Amino acid sequence: MIFTLSALGPALPELLLAVSAVILILFGAIAGPKSTDTVNGLALAAIFAALVLVILGPSEATLFNGSFQLDAYARFLKVLALLAAGSTLAMSVDWLKVEKQARFEFAILVILSTLGMMMLISAGDLIALYMGLELMSLALYVVAANNRDSVRSTEAGLKYFVLGALSSGMLLYGASLIYGFTGSVNFLHIAAAAQEPTLGLIFGIVFIFAGLCFKVSAVPFHMWTPDVYEGAPTPVTTFFAGAPKVAAMAVFVRVAIEALPHVVHQWQQIVVFVSIASMLLGSFAAIGQRNIKRLMAYSSIGHMGYALVGLAAGTEQGVRGVLVYMTIYVAMTLGTFACILSMRRKEGMVENYDDLAGLARTSPVKAFLLAALMFSLAGIPPLAGFLAKYYVFLAAIQAGLYTLAVIGVLSSVVGAFYYLRIVKVMYFDEPAEAFEPMPTELRAVLGIAGLFTLLFFVYPAPLLAAAGAAARALF
Amino acid sequence: MYDWPILSVVTFLPLVGALLIVLMIRGDDEVAKRNARWVALWATLVTFVISLLLLLGFDPSATEFQFVETRSWIGDIAAYRMGVDGISLPFVLLTTLLMPMCILASWESIQLRVKEYMICFLVLETLMIGTFSSLDLLQFYIFFEGGLIPMFIIIGIWGGKRRIYATFKFFLYTLAGSVLMMLAIMAMYWQSGTTDIVSLLHFNFPSGMQKWLWLAFFASFAVKMPMWPVHTWLPDAHVEAPTAGSVILAGILLKMGGYGFLRFSLPMFPEASAYFAPFVFTLSVIAIVYTSLVALMQEDIKKLIAYSSVAHMGYVTMGIFTLTQAGIQGAVFQMVSHGFVSGALFLCVGVVYDRMHTREIAAYGGLVHRMPIYATVFMVFTMANVGLPGTSGFIGEFLTLIATFGRNSWVAFFATSGVILSACYALWLYRRVIFGPLEKESLKSILDLNHREMLSLIPLLFFTILFGIWPQPILDACNVAVNAIMARADMASGAVKAASLMLP
Repeated sequence: MIFTLSALGPALPELLLAVSAVILILFGAIAGPKSTDTVNGLALAAIFAALVLVILGPSEATLFNGSFQLDAYARFLKVLALLAAGSTLAMSVDWLKVEKQARFEFAILVILSTLGMMMLISAGDLIALYMGLELMSLALYVVAANNRDSVRSTEAGLKYFVLGALSSGMLLYGASLIYGFTGSVNFLHIAAAAQEPTLGLIFGIVFIFAGLCFKVSAVPFHMWTPDVYEGAPTPVTTFFAGAPKVAAMAVFVRVAIEALPHVVHQWQQIVVFVSIASMLLGSFAAIGQRNIKRLMAYSSIGHMGYALVGLAAGTEQGVRGVLVYMTIYVAMTLGTFACILSMRRKEGMVENYDDLAGLARTSPVKAFLLAALMFSLAGIPPLAGFLAKYYVFLAAIQAGLYTLAVIGVLSSVVGAFYYLRIVKVMYFDEPAEAFEPMPTELRAVLGIAGLFTLLFFVYPAPLLAAAGAAARALF
Repeated sequence: MYDWPILSVVTFLPLVGALLIVLMIRGDDEVAKRNARWVALWATLVTFVISLLLLLGFDPSATEFQFVETRSWIGDIAAYRMGVDGISLPFVLLTTLLMPMCILASWESIQLRVKEYMICFLVLETLMIGTFSSLDLLQFYIFFEGGLIPMFIIIGIWGGKRRIYATFKFFLYTLAGSVLMMLAIMAMYWQSGTTDIVSLLHFNFPSGMQKWLWLAFFASFAVKMPMWPVHTWLPDAHVEAPTAGSVILAGILLKMGGYGFLRFSLPMFPEASAYFAPFVFTLSVIAIVYTSLVALMQEDIKKLIAYSSVAHMGYVTMGIFTLTQAGIQGAVFQMVSHGFVSGALFLCVGVVYDRMHTREIAAYGGLVHRMPIYATVFMVFTMANVGLPGTSGFIGEFLTLIATFGRNSWVAFFATSGVILSACYALWLYRRVIFGPLEKESLKSILDLNHREMLSLIPLLFFTILFGIWPQPILDACNVAVNAIMARADMASGAVKAASLMLP
């Protein structure tokens, strides 16, 4: 086979990220710790350039014998993942510097992890899936332990690594079973071969789904999430909550819809169970949390449950719901973490939600936007989070999954309690000491995310159309 | 009718007022507070005046929705549709009428965070008017649920001692009821392919499905109404809410439940409505008798009025589910009248609360000696609450009781005993607060109504007596719309009868 460089065009954003990671690590190693600011700036520029390339690049292509697919679905999610990764990087620079944790490797690891996500989103076979997943995860294990002098941070990194390795093992085992029973690793070939639910195939599906559930932190593979969210430095937690979830959910949906379309009823049961369990655990377990990062961990478990409701439907409508949900979830999460990153008093960072007391009086704009984000996370109309939930449940009702839908909406009422409690602390309680002023980049992210969730309902058509087109690409 | 979108203007004008307050008013000093109050008052007054144009342009004999507006909005699943008919128009006007009074009632009693307070009320007004004038299911749901956010904040910030408990209870109760309605809306969308209320009013859902949909909508409206046994949030919310919050809760938010029954449950699920009518009768009668007895035992004035509201809403649900012309018209009338009367009663409580800062009945007595005007006004509203002929409270109760008697005389019997009980608790309350010797030291210097308070109470007084003597305007306005509902109910019962005749 003749391979020309120009044929790699569709993978240009990935190539750009890979090359810039290599160049930046050399530059950083030679220039030493002083170069951190430059590396951060260049890394941000690389992510931005990759974003531009994805938007301007070709809309459909298949490379490497089907291992790498570019379609409307992949482009939609890549844009989302790059936006999430880029804004997280922008938000973390200042924080890490103030906390004296700034290292040039951080930005490079973020780039490498983002590269893994892009590969994952475009994966067309099980091998590419595994490669992308590991590249993403290995970089994440390291950044979790970024604050290497802190016991909690290193513990978070180690815990994430050990459990992540276990889940990768399960995923690989499942992949080998599927390969054994269908004779191919390519998703489309698997789909053609897997017409009947044989026992081996179902075993394979169970193991692959277990591995993927771990990555999206869905119950019962969620145990790592609260500890890692709490232990890791806050910018890293922000990163975990955004981009990797998008990539993992993307590949979850792609495997289920593209590789296993004829055995929907088999995997649907798994997804329904996982979704119900995640929604319930996310709602009930968060009630007892005081640490806001831990609370957000349980909240994200719950939200993955809601997103999976769309996948459980197994229809185009459902996939569109997942995409809309993930987009709005990323906006809400980034906005909330922008607030958490700015919870800084003179004596240092604080992490309990009680520390937000009376924020409405000390900084009204921030409190208003955070309250909007909280109502949105709770799914109260007319905020964006409501429409996100509406779309996934709409798909579930269409597919006749009434039990799932009823349990889902009722658990969202339970979940509303702890989001409301944050609003209560900010608006009804007596003010505590004010926080230090918010850095500009955090203001920008909070402002954009807050206004997006507030005003999304006014003109939702563009996002819905893009998500609809992306979902159509899988069917 | 008009060549400009009058309904959208009425709906979103308060929001514009709120934006003005956000953008124009800075700081928290006296000037800022005064400006916020005036902007809010003008916004609500202008809204009220424009809403009167709705009344002028409204044709009570037309069978279609009027002032209809349609715009594309969320792609395939919903569109922006507005319009009113004879059932929703009275509620729109009730909302726009009560709002300026709420702003007036808060003029001096709210001194803390005035700007935010006014913003919350203006946003709430937009959401309430939007609820009554939506002609799209999803849009209705968004307005209906969105109202929880400002109310949560109003009770939570400006409420009484147990405000946190009350506001969480209010929010979570209502939300739990409503999410099931959201699922029902989705199921209706997939069944009929639209969320357009006008076409859904003529869509026939399969009868098995109707029952589930009816139950899901019932969960939401029963909590909002509130019906026994899910009424427990109401006394808490009423007691803790600031005066104007209670007025809005009793005057308008409670009516959303009844409005929902009339707009959705009856015409869209006529078979299920007939099927579940005995169930609703049972709950209504229990509500009327039980909550009236509970009201007798209250020591807090606001709590007493809150329980009496639950009892009065019992007449509304009972009237609606008689599925007769008189019953439904009586229910609409009762809701509008209760909007005036309970709103005014809470304003009256607010008057003495502002002076004494207590709502304990035992803390008052003999007010008539110092406050003759107040005593008169309060008496008229107490009588209207009891349902004395000549006040608007009588017409609604009378029509619903007549209609119920035709359906089931036992239900009517127990419900009528509620009228006696309501006389007991209302008159006893009046005696304890207004009459008797003026013994308490703290009351000896209490002042009568000032001009601002009279300004907010006299319009309500006027309407209470006007509609008591001349109920025709409201009955005429909703006549055609009620006929349409009846036609749907008759068609459904005809279909059921035809189906039963087919059986051997």
